[in-house]
Amino acid sequence: MNEDKFEPKIVGFCCNWCSYAGADLAATSRIQYPPNIRIIRVMCSGRVSPAFLLKALAVGADGVLVAGCHPGDCHYMAGNYKTRRRVEFTRRLLEQFGVEPERLRLEWISASEGTKFAEVVTDFTDKIRKLGPNSLRGDRRWQKRER
Amino acid sequence: MAEKGKIKLAFYWAATCGGCDVATLDIEEKILDVVAIADIVLWPVAMDFKYQDVERMEAKSIDVCLYNGAVRSSEHEEIAEMLREKSKVMIAFGSCACFGGIPGLGNVANREQIFSVAYKETPSTVNPEYITPMTEVEVAGEKLTLPEFYDTVKTLDQTVDVDYYVPGCPPVVDRINDAVGIIAKYAETGELPPKGTVVAFDKTVCDECPREREEKKLRRIYRPYEIKPDPNKCLLDQGILCMGPATRGGCGSQCLNVNMPCRGCMGPTAEVKDHGAAVLSMIASVLGLEGEEKMSDKEVEELVSSVNDQLGTFYRFTLPSSLLRRVIIK
Repeated sequence: MNEDKFEPKIVGFCCNWCSYAGADLAATSRIQYPPNIRIIRVMCSGRVSPAFLLKALAVGADGVLVAGCHPGDCHYMAGNYKTRRRVEFTRRLLEQFGVEPERLRLEWISASEGTKFAEVVTDFTDKIRKLGPNSLRGDRRWQKRER
Repeated sequence: MAEKGKIKLAFYWAATCGGCDVATLDIEEKILDVVAIADIVLWPVAMDFKYQDVERMEAKSIDVCLYNGAVRSSEHEEIAEMLREKSKVMIAFGSCACFGGIPGLGNVANREQIFSVAYKETPSTVNPEYITPMTEVEVAGEKLTLPEFYDTVKTLDQTVDVDYYVPGCPPVVDRINDAVGIIAKYAETGELPPKGTVVAFDKTVCDECPREREEKKLRRIYRPYEIKPDPNKCLLDQGILCMGPATRGGCGSQCLNVNMPCRGCMGPTAEVKDHGAAVLSMIASVLGLEGEEKMSDKEVEELVSSVNDQLGTFYRFTLPSSLLRRVIIK
């Protein structure tokens, strides 16, 4: 990678039933979207613990996308409602930690919304690129020992 | 000199309030059992030993070291390293040594900000020249030194290798007795539990809490002074932010027994690394559960706003041991 040009690294948590299928559709429909996102498939967006989001940022991801079924469409009835509250809590927490809350994004993407998936990833990548590298990537002097 | 057959014990306090040392004496007559099997070689709060006495000892000549307090300064770090070298067993004693504890909340600021508050901004401070602690200063041709105050508070296990953990702020008498039992067994047979053992329970505080629980129907969070809670019902059910469901048990739910919510001093349960994230996840799951499908994004935002100071609440005892460890200051 060119050292001068900042390319964001984005971690995406996609639920198996809607958003991952949406990402699949984007690919089978050959819709172009930036390669900056690394997708992790989870069974439900409700499976995404806030610790996953913090860990992704702590180890140097520049942005984290959580994508799940639209409200009312959750395969497990109500997982995405918990996600909605958890992500909102985590965004506030990140702000207190001095990390831009915009680095964490929640989107509802259904299995038929391949286009939306590509649009979201394109838009998020652009925004993170403008935001610059995650400051947690920097000096980790105090981490003398890893647990 | 140690008597034959007795083990050697060291206590040390770093960034701490002294409560852990007081708690050690709370075991009452059992302290005599400790003295019967052990000779104390260092205990700054209670006995007059010097660091040099310990420095002169051979490596691994102390059997057990109980270290309480977080690592805030170069002195704490140096003594931790020295005691680790001299001790066979290192025990992180109390929440500060285990997770950073209350002094760990200093990680929301850095040295410059802390000095500015302590030596300039407080109303009772008169310090027009803004003199702050320095590591070295010359006075009348003599060089005087002080330990360095670090920007970031560390836990003991981020500083040296730790064998066992005794959480609690301070550890409760029963758990200290368990720790004494471990030391006594070691003195007698040389046997030790597996490395990394936490001297507490694997289940949460709720497991010990005698309050009645119902289905959680929280609509907002109350601060303890805002309502008069029913002493027999779960505090979380009544809207008081209690960290019990995400906190390790073993404390005998002492706070809950006196109508106070759990503040999380026992730290996370086994396998959980980030206590604050676990508490956040728990609160987010139960808050606004009823009618969640009808809630607008704005209502969710309002709900989330009812929790004041998330960082200070969720990470009250565990900020230095959390995934992000400190606040980023630009």
